[in-house]
Amino acid sequence: MKHTISVTVEDRPGALTRITTMFARRGFNIDSLAVGPTERPGVSCITLRVDCAQHTLEQIEKQIHKLVNTLRVTELVPGEAVERELMLIKVSATPDRRAELIATATAFSGRVVDLGADTVVFELTGTPEELDAFHELCRPQGIVELVRTGRIGISRASAKRTTRRLAAIN
Amino acid sequence: MKMRGADAVLRSLEAEGVDTMFGIPGGAIMPTYDAMARGTSVRHVLARHEQGAGHMAQGYARASGRVGVAIATSGPGATNLVTPIADAWMDSTPLVCITGQVRTSLIGTDAFQECDITGVTMPIVKHSWLVHDPREIAGVMKAAFHVARTGRCGPVLVDIPRDVQEAEVDFAYPDKVELPGWKPPRKVHPLQIKQAAEAIANAEKPVLYVGGGTLNADACAELLEVAETGRFPVITTLMGKSAFPETHELHFGWPGMHGPKWANLAMNTCDVLVAIGARFDDRVTGKLTAFAPGATVVHLDIDAAEISKLRDADIPVVGPLKQALAALAKEVGKLREAGAPVPEAWLRRIADWRDEFPLRYGGRSGDWPKPQWVMEQLQELTAGEDVIVSTGVGQHQMWAMQYILSERPRTFITSGGLGTMGFGIPAAIGAKAARPEATVVCVDGDGCFQMTCQELATAALENLPIVVVLVNNGYLGMVYQWQDMFFEGRYSHVHLTKSVPDYARLAEAYGGVGMTVTEESEVRPALEEALQLGRTVVVDVHVDPKEQCFPMIPAGAAALDMIEYPEAMEAEA
Repeated sequence: MKHTISVTVEDRPGALTRITTMFARRGFNIDSLAVGPTERPGVSCITLRVDCAQHTLEQIEKQIHKLVNTLRVTELVPGEAVERELMLIKVSATPDRRAELIATATAFSGRVVDLGADTVVFELTGTPEELDAFHELCRPQGIVELVRTGRIGISRASAKRTTRRLAAIN
Repeated sequence: MKMRGADAVLRSLEAEGVDTMFGIPGGAIMPTYDAMARGTSVRHVLARHEQGAGHMAQGYARASGRVGVAIATSGPGATNLVTPIADAWMDSTPLVCITGQVRTSLIGTDAFQECDITGVTMPIVKHSWLVHDPREIAGVMKAAFHVARTGRCGPVLVDIPRDVQEAEVDFAYPDKVELPGWKPPRKVHPLQIKQAAEAIANAEKPVLYVGGGTLNADACAELLEVAETGRFPVITTLMGKSAFPETHELHFGWPGMHGPKWANLAMNTCDVLVAIGARFDDRVTGKLTAFAPGATVVHLDIDAAEISKLRDADIPVVGPLKQALAALAKEVGKLREAGAPVPEAWLRRIADWRDEFPLRYGGRSGDWPKPQWVMEQLQELTAGEDVIVSTGVGQHQMWAMQYILSERPRTFITSGGLGTMGFGIPAAIGAKAARPEATVVCVDGDGCFQMTCQELATAALENLPIVVVLVNNGYLGMVYQWQDMFFEGRYSHVHLTKSVPDYARLAEAYGGVGMTVTEESEVRPALEEALQLGRTVVVDVHVDPKEQCFPMIPAGAAALDMIEYPEAMEAEA
């Protein structure tokens, strides 16, 4: 099962490496990873997407929690959190096919960020599932290049307590 | 106060109350060694190899309960510390390693003796710091000691570039640690204790499975209290050895691969298994899915990540063991007063197993003394004395575990998790530095001995005398045993010979005393003399090379499928 873990860490050299080497040495896999600043200066947020059983998820959370630079580990529970990802995708498109592609992208709230002689570059933000769907629709046209940021997430405004913190560690 | 960074390092060590550090100087750490020459209250023990220095610091930490300190230069000096760091990581030994680093302007340029040691050691330290600015030194040192000894103990590394050691700084040692992310549990949950107490006190067949965490938590008195209050049988792991007095009527041996049959029977047929600062290591459990089937597991540990890592815990208790065990003893006492039955029948059953399946070895009529018999002599000669035993890794280690009875906490020091051959001699030296009043004996194998014997020079010259009892069978004995049992007797590169080197003469060459013993009749007099001399002694005891270590649970087998001492071997001897 897939899980999204949000980790806030002190912004120190090696903070990310300590997490990724821990994953490597304990044999945990990372599906996607996104790192960036937060509302607090000196604090970064690392969003990890992992595909594992509940038992392994608990191990992952506890092992991350033990790292000295880790401030907080939470799981973003589906339905109680908003998750987004950014995709840049370069699609083959001869001028006669462009209108259709652009219309499709517009339906996904995407926009054209560059146009070439026979390619178009789209920028899309959405849930990872929406990006997957657009990706599939572009496939027949020929995808020249594709990059995604990995998902980030935040708890919903309406929820009082949207994230599950591990009883044993907090 | 204005001073150089190097002086700030030493003032930090002094502020932490460090009395001894172990190390070797070299280019990138020279400013700190120069600061030592200018004066410090910290004793520096000069090792002959950085690995030796690291293991000495471990031995010091394990014997004293204080944080061990090792110091080395950059590059090869630092990489030589990797083995002790990994060992300390696996065995949760509090260790602060200080390494020199090339100048900050040279970092990343492949400079002479440059090595990214914080990178190399990242998977095997609790935390590490590369100090970029001399103003960070005091805070980092404070944090390093704090992290090493709080929560689950373990190694940390402080890497200090040469120019940072040389730069001037205004030094003030902080009172508080600035580590917002480091929050080891400080309290145990009373509800968890209550649940645990009820499960244990009402168990028909409880077992306390005690690991090294109990020693690290300084919770041995509380453990004794729990065991005696509830009359629970205690089984101590290799790392937990000495946490519970082993002549106590409630102590029932050691579990796992070479544990006696009665201990493994008790562990694997109990109804409530209480893991205390233990981590269900594969050498203890054998095949995990077949381990202690049906037992309710109560798991007490300071490290939440150990709970349900390998075996699901039915009742987890996360927190400091000293506090947890004290509370547990109280709760168990209440339940006993309220009439919870004492498991006397179960205690009798384990005792019966012990009578039925004792540790056995071949008779004493062979050409050479039996190694187990040598251990028995050592046990008899040291019983009741203030003796600390360290070991290497292999057959001799297992025999020491089986035959040496540890009475007081922190008197059995061995490499458990990493299984580091060569650990014994330097660890003994470190233990001697921590406890000069104790007699420190290293039970070593001939293979292990040759990995770190250069430290005999350290023992002799630093006035840290140790007695090495060399169980010399001329083989890498444990590998020999495995090749015999699992590789159809194809002995591949395991023969070291008993005579090269001449261990006694080597001991003399290093400024110690050497004795060679080949006859059974010479063993006791030699050991007696060695224990009395107050000098560094190597007693090279030539033992029966055919003797193997039993019982044995083959790797990956179920604990109850242990192989006992073969009747054939007994008859042959």
